[in-house]
Amino acid sequence: MLSNIAFYGALETGLIYGLVAFGIYLSFRVLDFPDLTVDGSFPLGAAVAAMLIIAGWNPWLATGAAILAGMAAGAVTALLNVKLKILNLLASILTMIALYSINLRIMGRPNVALLMEDTVLTPWYNLGLEYHQVSVLLFTFVIGVSLFLLWRFMKSEIGLAMRATGANARMARAQGIATGGMIILGVAVSNGLVGLAGALFAQSQGAADVTMGVGVIVIGLASLIGGEAVITPTSVFRALLACVVGAIIYRLAIAFALNADALGLKAQDLNLITAVLVTLAIVLPGARVSLMNKFKRRKA
Amino acid sequence: MITATDLRLTFGEGTPLENPALRGMSLTVNQGEFVTVIGSNGAGKSTFLNALAGEVLVDSGKILVDNIDVTKLPTHKRTGRVARVFQDPLAGTCEGLSIEENLALAIKRGKRRGLGTAVKKQYLERFRSSLATLGLGLENRLTDKMGLLSGGQRQAVSLLMASLTPSSILLLDEHTAALDPKTASFVLELTQNIIAEQKLTALMVTHSMKQALEVGTRTVMLHQGEVVFDIAGKDREGLEVKDLLNLFEQQRGLTIDDDSLLLS
Repeated sequence: MLSNIAFYGALETGLIYGLVAFGIYLSFRVLDFPDLTVDGSFPLGAAVAAMLIIAGWNPWLATGAAILAGMAAGAVTALLNVKLKILNLLASILTMIALYSINLRIMGRPNVALLMEDTVLTPWYNLGLEYHQVSVLLFTFVIGVSLFLLWRFMKSEIGLAMRATGANARMARAQGIATGGMIILGVAVSNGLVGLAGALFAQSQGAADVTMGVGVIVIGLASLIGGEAVITPTSVFRALLACVVGAIIYRLAIAFALNADALGLKAQDLNLITAVLVTLAIVLPGARVSLMNKFKRRKA
Repeated sequence: MITATDLRLTFGEGTPLENPALRGMSLTVNQGEFVTVIGSNGAGKSTFLNALAGEVLVDSGKILVDNIDVTKLPTHKRTGRVARVFQDPLAGTCEGLSIEENLALAIKRGKRRGLGTAVKKQYLERFRSSLATLGLGLENRLTDKMGLLSGGQRQAVSLLMASLTPSSILLLDEHTAALDPKTASFVLELTQNIIAEQKLTALMVTHSMKQALEVGTRTVMLHQGEVVFDIAGKDREGLEVKDLLNLFEQQRGLTIDDDSLLLS
């Protein structure tokens, strides 16, 4: 079984990756724009927040700056695609690669520790809560606010125009929607969310590292697809909820897999487990339908 | 009013697949006219419509809509003046969005979009009454996903969306061609009603010569990217398909060999 600390730890990272899943939902699902920039914008958010906190900034302002940095990175990817007509996937890979250098430049070295620095979490430690509960509560609040804002945005005129852009670009143009502008805005917001996740992750882990972005896209996708398998995304609200639930389930599943001694899995098996979980999440919903069809046919 | 002057457009210029789609096409459509456009495959009908809508930009020539030069404008900047219904019934609407969301997109065609709620309460009554005119019972299904509707129903809603906000011209690109005969005649009748009621200026591309003569107030035939003939008023009354064929032969010294034009 999971220890208390392992459980809260999984919950905490799950909540952070819920933000990543929101971003990936925006790019992959809403805009139909496979965006790998997130592998770079996650550590970018972490690096910007960490450096500004060390420079003495208010941690919330530093986190805000991380969001803007992520948005800028997303905008670059989208501009490469919209203005220079580079294939979306390739455009995002280019930005991701460039961000590796940029992140090293920002930090000046491969990793920066935030020990003894005030983070967004610090003020809450004095409230008498247990150490590991603070981050869970705070991140639940952050993700709740993000979910509400995103949901309202998707229901707005601009949000609806963005959804139409991804679903049927020709129709969107015929309705007077500047589809290029919508892609730029959407991918920017998506990476802003990922930048926020990176900033929070660095503050909860006490360090920013240039390699912390590796595989973020896979984890985000795993959360998204896993969540959709649990909560059918029939509305925007359910789709956003699925992102959070998927991310938490994913982290818990990883924690269980690593903690179950009988399985004999170790930390280095993480990426393999991720790949297996994603495959299952993709295949299982389809398998469920075909099994049900078989069952029905037999009954008929 | 639409004035297209000497439009020229060649696809794949300088390649072995070079295809001159428009070769000096000129056409003026006056306020309140309902023009049907016919022509065999490759005559430039769809390209002409795409050029008017802004989906393709012409190599040379000039397009004026209400005396405003839109030649260089992209699609989304023309939509305040140009409304459109596509041939593919699935292309004009968004299947992942609800009926009311699709209509809410259309009600803002050519206008600024903001952060306010897209589906506003004050729209709903208007949506319901417009949908009720279709007689399909859709007025009670506002929150249903568009994907649940049949092709004919979706085309009817597309038509409604195109006429929800005023425009200088309505472009119909063989919008009944992909429907079964019964649905096609329903959608065609609906088209005529909407155009008559709202006194719209419309340009309808069709593959059927019979339809081209029965519907609208004027008929234009295209061939190889140019206007071959253009008939309206008295000249057009009582004309039959075989008269059109004769007209075409006189003009071009050619006979039409496109079966689908003759049979449908």
